[in-house]
Amino acid sequence: MSAITSPARQASSGLGAKTINRIVIYGLLALFAIFYLMPLFVMLVTSFKTMDEIQNGNMLSLPHAPTFAPWVKAWSEVCSGLTCVGMKGYFWNSIKMVVPAVLISTLLGALNGYVLTKWRFRGHTLVFAMMLFACFIPFQSVLLPMATILGSLGRFGVTLQNATGFNFGLGNSTVNLVFVHVVYGLGFTTLFFRNYYEAFPTELIKAAQVDGASFFQIFRRIMLPNSLPIIVVTVIYQFTNIWNDFLFASAYAGSGDVMPMTVALNNVVNTSTGVVEYNVNMAAAMIAALPTLIVYVVAGRYFVRGLMAGAVKG
Amino acid sequence: MSTVAETQIKLTPEHDARPGASVRSRLQDLLPKIVLAPSFAATIVFVYGFILWTIYLSFTNSKTFPSYAITGARAYQRLWRWTFESDPPSSWYTSITNMGIFGFLYILICLALGLFLAILLDQKIRGEGMLRPIYLYPMALSFIVTGVAWKWFLDPGLGLEQTLHQWGWTSFHFDWIKNKDFVIYTVVIAGVWQASGFIMAMFLAGLRGIDGEIMKAAQIDGASTFQLYRRIVIPMLRPVFLSAFIVLAHLAIKSYDLVVALTSGGPGGSAWLPSNFMYEFTFKRNEMAVGSASAVIMLMTITAIIVPYLYSELREKSR
Repeated sequence: MSAITSPARQASSGLGAKTINRIVIYGLLALFAIFYLMPLFVMLVTSFKTMDEIQNGNMLSLPHAPTFAPWVKAWSEVCSGLTCVGMKGYFWNSIKMVVPAVLISTLLGALNGYVLTKWRFRGHTLVFAMMLFACFIPFQSVLLPMATILGSLGRFGVTLQNATGFNFGLGNSTVNLVFVHVVYGLGFTTLFFRNYYEAFPTELIKAAQVDGASFFQIFRRIMLPNSLPIIVVTVIYQFTNIWNDFLFASAYAGSGDVMPMTVALNNVVNTSTGVVEYNVNMAAAMIAALPTLIVYVVAGRYFVRGLMAGAVKG
Repeated sequence: MSTVAETQIKLTPEHDARPGASVRSRLQDLLPKIVLAPSFAATIVFVYGFILWTIYLSFTNSKTFPSYAITGARAYQRLWRWTFESDPPSSWYTSITNMGIFGFLYILICLALGLFLAILLDQKIRGEGMLRPIYLYPMALSFIVTGVAWKWFLDPGLGLEQTLHQWGWTSFHFDWIKNKDFVIYTVVIAGVWQASGFIMAMFLAGLRGIDGEIMKAAQIDGASTFQLYRRIVIPMLRPVFLSAFIVLAHLAIKSYDLVVALTSGGPGGSAWLPSNFMYEFTFKRNEMAVGSASAVIMLMTITAIIVPYLYSELREKSR
């Protein structure tokens, strides 16, 4: 280590010590890389093996005869409890929940951030602080009241259905989850946009105002076109969080064909009827992991930035 | 603080004498507040209102369904009694003991490992661009996927133990995941695996932000690498330590999914954390008041950590 950080000492220490240092550093880094990759690797190779090979072979060996059968079965046949229809329906449930929830919470976050930085009013810090604290509460402390409210809305939806033939989405699990994720995601999206717009030159806004631009015109013509990086960060952050959520999903859509992916995966893995097909379970886990992994691979830098922004409110 | 707002008041056209224009310009003035109002109202009702509702429920006698007659602090008295019921351990005793073990080890190991990896990666490593994403990708996975992967990996009959047996190390024994006294440590392992890469990234960003001149000056003064890190670099990373601690503490208290997916609660609920306790008592054991009381205790714990932090952050910024 010393050889690298202190060029002054480099000359005095021999080449041997320097090389050994480098080997130790690279060795340690490689070891940790193995530690982090191992579970994913095992999951991946297992999902391509036959059950026979899993029972008789080594966990770490590559599949002798790679087969897609476990993936096909996980997608379209695997059992969650007594229902054997595969993960595909639950996958779409998650998509139908994630897309609107991300879009709505991002748009509202952008508007809130815009107001809280460029149209400040007395008490704006308090409003922001209250929304910010909401990001950090343990959701257990709102879980039960929300369940009660969603239950009543569902009953009201049935009444409406009977009266008008249309329930306006009340009582629909996907609509419920979208609502819940928008409400409890607002704090973070507002935080992201507020911090980003804080650094946005106010002179531009002023100039536009002098020219007679309205509140929404400024937002649409000036703020939004300059917000691409923070939009990407927010969308990725919200997408990952909502896709990966388990607590709300299990509380408000915990069974039946309305389950999102995470709940379905947990049920599949814990379904104990018949022989446990580990390869199918691992394929199902991979299917649940793929969307967020792909986002991470494609836009990793923004993903990290979002995490950091959520952590360091600087 | 808000120079923007002050100038804007001047910029807004003077209110016209004509009533139509006055209404319009007043509407323009109100527009920002109207736009913010739904979000703020939602926060007030669904966060703060619901918290009050949960607090209220914790003082009732609610079982399967909410009941709204206040019956005193019975739920808290029960939790308090259970806190000391160690033999045989009550579920609450197990949950908070596990929280202590898990929280302490998870935070400590993540910080240590994160800092260590960040320092290693900061040594002008070739291939850093490839290693960093490898350390960090677990953070993109859900706790459920992490739990499923590690459940398989730690299963004595299928995973690590079995593999090492096949390689000839037949005396190797690792069945923590099935052992009620050790199952919480498997949650620590999986939790560290998931979050430590992210903590590494935080520390690395901190290291990259340190002025190179200071390091050079210290080296000229003859500081060894170890001294350099111990005396200069690590103290300068104090703000990162604080942020990382907040993130980890917050993640630890909220951990719920990982216990469910990895251990299904462990043998006899031996891997429960307070979050699992809350869920089980509220939705499965028909003890809504007790579940609410435990949620209130979780909230108070997080509040005690977060509020001073947010307060200092917001104050610092408005200066």
